[in-house]
Amino acid sequence: MSDTTLEQRSGQVSEDELKIANVSRRRFLKGLTATGALVIAARWTPSALAQSEEPDDKAKYGADAMAHGWVDNPDVFISIAPDDTVTIINHRGEMGQGIRTSVVMVMADEMGADWQRVRVEQAIANEEKYGNQNTDGSRSMRHWFDPLRRAGAAARTMLEQAAAKQWGVPVSECRVEVHRVIHGPSRRELSFGKLAATAAELPVPERKSLKLKSQKQWRYIMREPKDFPRENDAQPLAVDGMEMLNGKALFAADVSWDNMLYAVIARPPSYGSAVKSVDDKKALAVPGVVKVIQMPTATQPSGYEPMGGVAVLAESTWAAIQGRNALAIEWDDKPAGANATYDSVAFRAELEKRAQQPGEIAGQQGDIQSAREAAAKSLSVDYYAPHMAQAPMEPMAAMVRIDGDKADVWTSVQNPQAARDGVAKRLKLKPQNVTVQCGLMGGGFGRKAKPDYVFEAADLSRAMDGRPVRVQWTREDDLHNGFFHTVAVEHLEGYLDDNNRVSGWLHRSLAPSISSLFVADADHQSNSELGMGIRNMPFDIPAIQQENGEAEGHIRIGWFRSVYNVPHAFAIQSFAAELAHLAGQDHREFLLELLGPDRQINPGKKDIFNYGEDPARYPIDTARYRGVIERATKEAGWGKKMPPNRGLGLAVHNSFVSYCAIVMDVEVTEGGEVVVHRADIAFDCGPQVNPDRVAAQLEGACVMGVGIALMTEITAKDGRIQQDNFHQYLVPRINEAPREIHTYAVNNSLDIPIGGVGEPGLPPVAPALCNAIFAATGKRIRSLPVADQLKS
Amino acid sequence: MIKLTVNGESRSLDVPADTPILWVLRDTLKLTGTRFSCGVAVCGACTVHLDGNPIRSCVTPISMAEGKHITTIEAMEKDPMGQRVQRAWMDEAVAQCGFCQAGQVMSAVALLKNNPNPDDAQIDRQMSGNICRCGTYPRIRKAIHRAAESGSVSVDESLFTEVKA
Repeated sequence: MSDTTLEQRSGQVSEDELKIANVSRRRFLKGLTATGALVIAARWTPSALAQSEEPDDKAKYGADAMAHGWVDNPDVFISIAPDDTVTIINHRGEMGQGIRTSVVMVMADEMGADWQRVRVEQAIANEEKYGNQNTDGSRSMRHWFDPLRRAGAAARTMLEQAAAKQWGVPVSECRVEVHRVIHGPSRRELSFGKLAATAAELPVPERKSLKLKSQKQWRYIMREPKDFPRENDAQPLAVDGMEMLNGKALFAADVSWDNMLYAVIARPPSYGSAVKSVDDKKALAVPGVVKVIQMPTATQPSGYEPMGGVAVLAESTWAAIQGRNALAIEWDDKPAGANATYDSVAFRAELEKRAQQPGEIAGQQGDIQSAREAAAKSLSVDYYAPHMAQAPMEPMAAMVRIDGDKADVWTSVQNPQAARDGVAKRLKLKPQNVTVQCGLMGGGFGRKAKPDYVFEAADLSRAMDGRPVRVQWTREDDLHNGFFHTVAVEHLEGYLDDNNRVSGWLHRSLAPSISSLFVADADHQSNSELGMGIRNMPFDIPAIQQENGEAEGHIRIGWFRSVYNVPHAFAIQSFAAELAHLAGQDHREFLLELLGPDRQINPGKKDIFNYGEDPARYPIDTARYRGVIERATKEAGWGKKMPPNRGLGLAVHNSFVSYCAIVMDVEVTEGGEVVVHRADIAFDCGPQVNPDRVAAQLEGACVMGVGIALMTEITAKDGRIQQDNFHQYLVPRINEAPREIHTYAVNNSLDIPIGGVGEPGLPPVAPALCNAIFAATGKRIRSLPVADQLKS
Repeated sequence: MIKLTVNGESRSLDVPADTPILWVLRDTLKLTGTRFSCGVAVCGACTVHLDGNPIRSCVTPISMAEGKHITTIEAMEKDPMGQRVQRAWMDEAVAQCGFCQAGQVMSAVALLKNNPNPDDAQIDRQMSGNICRCGTYPRIRKAIHRAAESGSVSVDESLFTEVKA
């Protein structure tokens, strides 16, 4: 198996450490190395993976539309050792969403494995084998629940067939119970381990012949680990949970290879700046510094290419950091052009000016001009949402070594295949000769979807003749040289008729596009970006006009958790509350009326981005909006009398084909401090495979969203990012988090296809919070973050 | 040579005296459970105990530890309070990405050793130096209360069994 290549050549790191094995279950692995006893997993061939029976000319959606699609072959994911240990490969990136637990829950449940005898192993980058591994867009369970169920069910079938063969009885008399197969008539039984060798000789059953378990038969899926049925007294645990608390979990910077050098890089201060001159004498004089290497400057648009700069390589991280501090670099800002004078305050003013002029038409129904002329009341306001940095707690790190025509990578990335292909290309190696092994990601939030840091390590290893090099980003690097969340000015106009009904809605959005990272002069939002809240807005309003204004990028713009939904939802959900106030109506009732009658809207008809999903299977469903609004407001006691300076605020948003409504209970103190007493979050992602993790994602999104509302902002002046570290780039701390967060599952049912989980909880938080501030104080927040706007 | 004790083991280290404890732990001793995140003592991911007191190892030079005891996350499995905190963290399913949690556990253990039954305000005060970008704070609060309540409850040894493969 190619998976073992890295471990076999892994220098000082033991095989066991590289595997990120689950310590809590290691007692089951005594005497067993994962490579020593793989049984089923020995004979995978690409031809076994022919998956889509659809003709090529038919539109593909969901996992079918992703690079390398999906795989449901149990040989790829499941192996059984003679001692009964079941090893399940997780091929998706783990960054806190709990996918290593969820993937195991699904496959182990369908195959009938006992939770305590399953371990998880992290796949290397190999999409031809595993299917798509790009962990982004809240897709993992949405795309993989069905294929992984089938893989588990196929393994179960093969084990039953193996038992029938060993006993010489009809397979219809054999059935899997927990981790063993029972022969009904004779009550004989064989454990999985005793069947594995026979099962490995059997063909994988045809997909159509598989019998998936019913919901009633599930033991893990849709339950929390603490509620899993137990075979003994041991408490079922989430994967990795204990290792995260005892220091044994391995992240990107936690593995080292013999003779490795530590590198930190002084990167250009502006997007596109180059090194004019560098004096490295003092750096080289720092004890432990080995070499100073100038990196090539990326040309714009730079995509995932590293920015360039000057690297200091040393025998320890600290020496490398000190060496970098001692560099004297003169930068040439000319290649950066206007980026070198980027001023986010001036850019905001420019966007606000442009927002008063029409943009490109992005969506249109009815006649906005007529609505404007006939309006009894109207409102025209601008909202602002700033740049942000994802700032995962783990700064980026990657280690690369090159040996002849092979290279090894240890890192943590959301898109391992992009790292593999990119390293192969720049080192001129075959992709199959590049082994990318990922540790846990200490947070991603979109930042680690870009493997630039892996490429830096590859370039430096090459410069050192293949010697292992680990590139370590510092927090300052992360904040100064990131792929930042966009910045947005959202211009909204609303018109009310004589009956206080909304007759017209104009939304003009100006925000630099992520396309600007890849395409020169891309200065308008893409269709997918407009589809994140604007074009898929379901309001039942006679005249709607949506416009896309010009906004160029002056820093690298990249994905941030829930992406363009953040500014769009902030504007739309704030504006709906403002119109409710203008109409003199209760916000909740007004919002439900805006949604109109329950109906399903097909986003495909107007080419509205639908997160890659089939518009027929995943229509925009206003009843689901209503469902989460009704649940959140009921749980929060909407309409109850609030103490002075305290109010409830509501927002709802649909993103990543899931629906989320939030009610925030907020107090504004006399000093202008915002205290979030409580959040009630109703969430409809259809069935919740791993419900406690869904709740955790919503809680986490709520805390992050409180930061977006109150404090989190990246600014630029003279082409430089002004925030150096967490004392200036503010994110919520425990004392700033909501006192209570309650989450409620709506439509937690298999009747509905699965929606995304990691991101859709975020967009409604800031508008709900700002609507609550309005309810508490009468002060309308139109510019994020709140910062000191409430202080007199 | 700097002489000190790390997790109960005596060490003589030949490192520059101004090296932050964090990098000695991570790069020299390969105790990688202590995390680097901010490097300037504002996030708490690098929290360890120096003679029992929580410190930010990313800004504390190793010379400050001369003759003293450093305790890291790797020692918490053998520390009764560490076990209680770990158990409470598991029961509340606190961790998401897990990167900050070593520092959170070290801060929580120090808090509970000084204040066996902290209220929310005390928890906020003592834990506000530890950032969690995943936003696990509500569960951290619950877990600290749980660990405080769990008192002398016996620990499930099965959670701490380590078998080298």
